[in-house]
Amino acid sequence: MALNRKIAYIDLGTGKVNIEPIPLEWRRKFIGGRGLDAYLLYQNAPQGCDPLGPDNPLLISAGLLVGTMASASARTHVMAKSPLTNLLGSANMGGFFAPEMRWAGFDHLVIKGRAEKPVYLFIHDGEIEMRSAQNVWGSGVYDSQEIIRRELDDLEAQVLCIGQAGENLVRFANVMTGRKNAAGRTGMGAVMGSKNLKAVACRGSLSIQIKFPQEALEYNKEIIDQVISTKVSQIMQRWGTGFIYGVTNTTGLVRTRNFQYNQLPNSEDIECENLDKYSIGLDGCFGCQVHCRHRYIIKEGPYAGTYAQGPEYTSQGAFGAEVGCRSMNTVLVGNHLVNDYGMDTLEVGSMIAWAMELYEKGLITEKDTQGLKLEWGSDEAVIEAIKQIAFRKGIGDILAEGPLTAAKKLGPESLKYLIHVKGMSNLHSDERATPALALNIAVASRGADHLRGRPAVDLYNLPMKVLDKLYRNPDGYDGPLTNSYSEYEGKPRMVMWQEMVYMAVDCVGICKYHTVFLSPNHPQFKEFSKLIQLNTGLEFSDKDIWDVANRGYTVERLFNLREGMTRKDDWLPDRYFDEPTKLGLPVARGKSIDRVKFKAMIDEYYRLHEWDENGIPTPALLERLQISELRPGA
Amino acid sequence: MAKKIMITDPEKCTGCRLCEIVCSVKHNGVSNPTLARIHVVKWENEGFYMPMRCQQCAEAPCLAICPKGAIYRDPELDSVRIDHDLCIGCKMCVQACPFGAMGWNPERGRVYKCDLCHGEPQCVRFCDMKAVDYVEVSKLQSVKMREAAESYSELMRRHGNK
Repeated sequence: MALNRKIAYIDLGTGKVNIEPIPLEWRRKFIGGRGLDAYLLYQNAPQGCDPLGPDNPLLISAGLLVGTMASASARTHVMAKSPLTNLLGSANMGGFFAPEMRWAGFDHLVIKGRAEKPVYLFIHDGEIEMRSAQNVWGSGVYDSQEIIRRELDDLEAQVLCIGQAGENLVRFANVMTGRKNAAGRTGMGAVMGSKNLKAVACRGSLSIQIKFPQEALEYNKEIIDQVISTKVSQIMQRWGTGFIYGVTNTTGLVRTRNFQYNQLPNSEDIECENLDKYSIGLDGCFGCQVHCRHRYIIKEGPYAGTYAQGPEYTSQGAFGAEVGCRSMNTVLVGNHLVNDYGMDTLEVGSMIAWAMELYEKGLITEKDTQGLKLEWGSDEAVIEAIKQIAFRKGIGDILAEGPLTAAKKLGPESLKYLIHVKGMSNLHSDERATPALALNIAVASRGADHLRGRPAVDLYNLPMKVLDKLYRNPDGYDGPLTNSYSEYEGKPRMVMWQEMVYMAVDCVGICKYHTVFLSPNHPQFKEFSKLIQLNTGLEFSDKDIWDVANRGYTVERLFNLREGMTRKDDWLPDRYFDEPTKLGLPVARGKSIDRVKFKAMIDEYYRLHEWDENGIPTPALLERLQISELRPGA
Repeated sequence: MAKKIMITDPEKCTGCRLCEIVCSVKHNGVSNPTLARIHVVKWENEGFYMPMRCQQCAEAPCLAICPKGAIYRDPELDSVRIDHDLCIGCKMCVQACPFGAMGWNPERGRVYKCDLCHGEPQCVRFCDMKAVDYVEVSKLQSVKMREAAESYSELMRRHGNK
């Protein structure tokens, strides 16, 4: 059964492993994956614990539908208190690790303590072994997986691991599996590094029983057809997420030179069409027909001949527009390096872009950078800075601390140029022309982040009847909605709805490209309900799943509040309000966010969530969601 | 019915392994790639993926070696089949198969292999890339020839045929 997967509590300090069944009540309340992880984090992390200390629990999970007849059910979720924000840490990745963990018998790992010497875990058919990672420590992401596979004498084993950045406690180090799947954000790799945990390897042969196999198989085909019949999927199948760059850059929605511009002119070289020169084919995560990333070979320079995967839209921004570089080679090399060192591409690009602006303004000089000329558009400087961050050399040692700590070290003036929320940098998107997207990053439960609640379809200016169909269900919302992306009205509902659908998709372990993210016609609550029923036999209505998502999101909120977050953290850097955009199409030019309207948006967003004016969930909400025991001060 | 064969094109394979899972769900009602009749072999460090499965050999070693005559040729699909009533579970066929396409299910105490889903292979149905395909024998060459001629015809269109 998909329901008989276990939860393992592992203490790396003592080596003790405790294996428990997952109570059905937890399934009813949280389904699994990110939702259940949020609950486990709240319960297992002592209030105020040091994110890099032994008490911080590291949670690794597979959603309820992972490995089943649910298309793209590939996702691994990683959670802990974040060493970047000191708030909720949460990151999600594709690949093949999560299905293998389920075939090995487990849905959730709760890893505490700290091993005396570097170790990795090997999980196979219900058993968990702790093994020395002496031969792996110091290796990058690519080699680590290879070494462990050879050591286990099993080339089919799936491995998640950290690279050198995680070992060096770079506060935005990530957890990786395969060539490019990254649980990228909030520094989960540093948490692994702090525990001396280099990797987790899985290999399993335990069947996941499908409740109604024939019907589940047929329904999977329906879902696949639903997903790949949309234009956006077909474009992704051919070009990957890099296709977004051309349109957002032309419009003027791309954060350029840190935050000085909203467009990088003459950057055709880093557009996705140019990837054909380097691509040897596309690559799919487990069970996915969207296969949205390239397998590519670097052609020039010292890394010529290197095989890597991607680059995503994110890397085009990180090593392109944000730092003012116009070279696809730099994007490809930068993407390869951050993947092999195991760092969040987005945070790395943002930190370098910020440092470049400080360098331009004279707030840091060559003395601080030990001779590294952090000039806009310098391909060499970007590549060198990536290495310095991963190995904490020179200015990299400061940047590796993440936005707020680095700003503290570089002086209060530097803070003005930082593009972050809650201590986490933003994607290279510029939201000054798009209030809905601006709201999304201001309130997201893990800091500036588009994958928590971005209503990306808002950018399509869809017909109202499409928005009505989406955003009024399944709870019967009857407030305002607007379909122009320049508006403020009605957007809080869209952000909240997206937060629910992304939480739901993270609980079942399916990819966001298989839900309402880039297409309004992709699966959502209703489809998840049928997928759960056919694959596991559990009955959840679409509204039940909404409630589960709401519960999970509320627990994340409660965790953040418990760890010291307040309403003032749900806000944007001043530049969003004070510096109008300079470039782009008329719809994006001369735009900034209106403070008064934005505050009203946040008030409305809280009201929709049933949080009070300070952003604290109301007792009535907690009671209805049956999580009163988590009430602040309870 | 027109004769068909299964073909594999590693250049098209994205490595998603959906074929493995639909196979195990179709035949066993479970998700378990170790029970699947098809498996994507990967060279992770090079990005090369190759779906491997039964070739339905004309001179099938599994059929030749079976001491009980439990493996036979199905003339309708031109496939190699197992008669599970005759199989004694000796696993000689597992050892004889040059492709690793014969599996052993310890729970059932029987060997298993690709049965082409009785003419509607589910791996093919689900593979959007058609990295595994089931094509009519009579069209096999013409399709490949057209693909191979594509670059030549491009060239001719661009530079004229003078």
